[in-house]
Amino acid sequence: MRAQALGLRVGMPLADARAQVPDLAIVPHDSVLDQNWLDRLAQGCARYTPLVALDAPDGLILDITGCCHLFDGEAGLIDDIDRRLTRLGMTLRHALGPTADAARALARYQTRPAPDEATAIRRLPVAALELDGEATTALVRAGLKTIGDLAARPMSNIAARFGADAATALRRLLGDAPSPLDPRVTPPPIATERRFAEPVASMPHATQILTELVGEAIADLTERGKGGRHFRSTFFRSDGLARSIEIETGHPTRDAGLVMRLFAERMDALRDPLDPGFGFDMMRLAVPRLEALAATQLKLEGGEVRAAAMTDLVDRLATRLGRGGVRKFAAVDTHIPEQAQLALPAIDAAPPTPWPTTDPGEPPLRPFYLFDPPQVIEVIAEVPDGPPHRFRWRRATHAIRRYEGPERIASEWWRRKDNAGLTRDYYRVEDDRGRRYWLFRHGLYDEKPDPRWYIHGLFA
Amino acid sequence: MRESSQPLAGLRQRIARLAATGGPASRPVEGWLASGHDAFDSAIGGGLMVGRTHEFFAADALDGASAAAFAALLALRTPGKAPLLWLRTVDAGRRTGHIYAPGIAELGGDPNRLLLIETADPKMLLACANDAVRCAGSAAVIVESWGKFPLLDLTAGRRLTLGARDVGTTLLMLRLNAAPTPSVAETRWSIVAAPSRELQADAPGAPAFDLELLRWRGGPAGTRWRLDWDNDEQAFRDAALSGAVLPLAARRAVHPLGAEAA
Repeated sequence: MRAQALGLRVGMPLADARAQVPDLAIVPHDSVLDQNWLDRLAQGCARYTPLVALDAPDGLILDITGCCHLFDGEAGLIDDIDRRLTRLGMTLRHALGPTADAARALARYQTRPAPDEATAIRRLPVAALELDGEATTALVRAGLKTIGDLAARPMSNIAARFGADAATALRRLLGDAPSPLDPRVTPPPIATERRFAEPVASMPHATQILTELVGEAIADLTERGKGGRHFRSTFFRSDGLARSIEIETGHPTRDAGLVMRLFAERMDALRDPLDPGFGFDMMRLAVPRLEALAATQLKLEGGEVRAAAMTDLVDRLATRLGRGGVRKFAAVDTHIPEQAQLALPAIDAAPPTPWPTTDPGEPPLRPFYLFDPPQVIEVIAEVPDGPPHRFRWRRATHAIRRYEGPERIASEWWRRKDNAGLTRDYYRVEDDRGRRYWLFRHGLYDEKPDPRWYIHGLFA
Repeated sequence: MRESSQPLAGLRQRIARLAATGGPASRPVEGWLASGHDAFDSAIGGGLMVGRTHEFFAADALDGASAAAFAALLALRTPGKAPLLWLRTVDAGRRTGHIYAPGIAELGGDPNRLLLIETADPKMLLACANDAVRCAGSAAVIVESWGKFPLLDLTAGRRLTLGARDVGTTLLMLRLNAAPTPSVAETRWSIVAAPSRELQADAPGAPAFDLELLRWRGGPAGTRWRLDWDNDEQAFRDAALSGAVLPLAARRAVHPLGAEAA
């Protein structure tokens, strides 16, 4: 605002701006930080409505249908937003509209007040259609300065002259075509919340309330005959920011104790601990993912108790380390060695996959440890196709006493458009001290002038 | 007098309870992780005792794969579907290589039993190991560490061992690129790769291991073995045939094979 008052505009060359305002403070633009901040604001706005959409780079669209009465009407709601965002140092331009596109256009382009929304939309400049510069100029040259002017023309003429995009944008703005909202989060099937008259400033108290919320959610789950796989608690601070803490379990659960243990585990593991600041004025618990869970009875012999202890451990470790911290292996049907396995989060519980095995009497042909990416080594080998004789890796030289190979593995040329990729010649070798390695030459001599050698794995 | 005698009595009771359940030898052992090699197993009283800590040292980093495979094969040759928990730090993949499930499958182990737990640092590794040993139902817990592990002092080691003993999990400490240090482990092994029995056309054969028992709480240490892994039988066996025909084996300290020399 102050910058605008000084005569600065968006898109102005820096040198010109400096010439106008010599003591200008300059901050480089960081779009990622902007994006994160907008995301946090959107999260904070979830206190007004579950349907919040990002309008990057600097807008938020809230679908407040049926939510206004909680704040004494539209004016009350806008006051509340205005108050909180001003406290965060934001300058706010807001508008209400019958559709998402109309509200957005009004917030961004309205310059003159109008008696009602329909008139306000008709008074918007044609730039509100956000067509490309050429089309906007053409519209203005044709004497069509406002949306009202344009709406008075037959839609077919506009489509013929300025393209179908212009017609669609106009119809959306007028509410004749749907303008769907892409909400940041879809509303979860189960959500409970607490609003406080006095902000809750102590973490033990907040935890206590979280326990109550979990209890309510569990009661709801029991009624539906479902278990939760994913729980999200959101803490809304009185200064307008919000923070979510999520946990996931490997199996559907209705165990309040387990859920609270996982939440405690997650909060302990936070690098940036949950800070109540001036207090939380609202807390919400959502269960975004449900799965059927019938009532069960434990068997007496105890096998299920052990299995339950193991899933409990997996949940706990995955909560502490992140979902990628605990993984299980799955086989992939490919002959490229580094792609033959996937390590998937154990919490997703993929069905077990069959693994390839060797023929009887054969030693293992695949290493125990695999280097991904393979590590470069220096090799003395017969040119062009001979086996390696000696190689140097990690500052040590290894003389090869036994070898088997080559096992030739072609690149997956059918997956690439240019059919490119080099063939690898793998050798299983043993050095003079009995260590077994998996080496390969990347490329045949007729594919590449001087192919390099790599070590790809270590055998037992 | 009354005030002081009551806590004293409480303490006495606690000590009595500890004495009844505690002590390394008092709790009955539920079984062994056996190698399948009769002489080896009987020499250490049936195999690696379940519910105890066992340490595997690979003094040279290049022997890491052998030590890891030996520990994993001991755990994975147990029947059943009980998972094998493998804890390591995230940088271990770059250093010693990623655990390669197809390779484990070709050794005869079932990679679906493997549960890989990767932590950011050794401190978290120890914390997760403490949780893992206190969870019943695993075939074994392997904790892979690299180099000196200053956090794993006698207290931390004892805490892990007590947890394993209370629940009956077997803890296999895999110490790569580390020198043996005092600890409360039941057995301590030094593992080195051994030259394999060659196949046709001088191809490298089945995995072979040189083992040295550095410490055993239940008996004399210092015994050495050279074992092969037999894929088809899912068992370790003598590497006797290969040793006899190895011309280069004289370069390192080779011991009468399958027997307790040195």
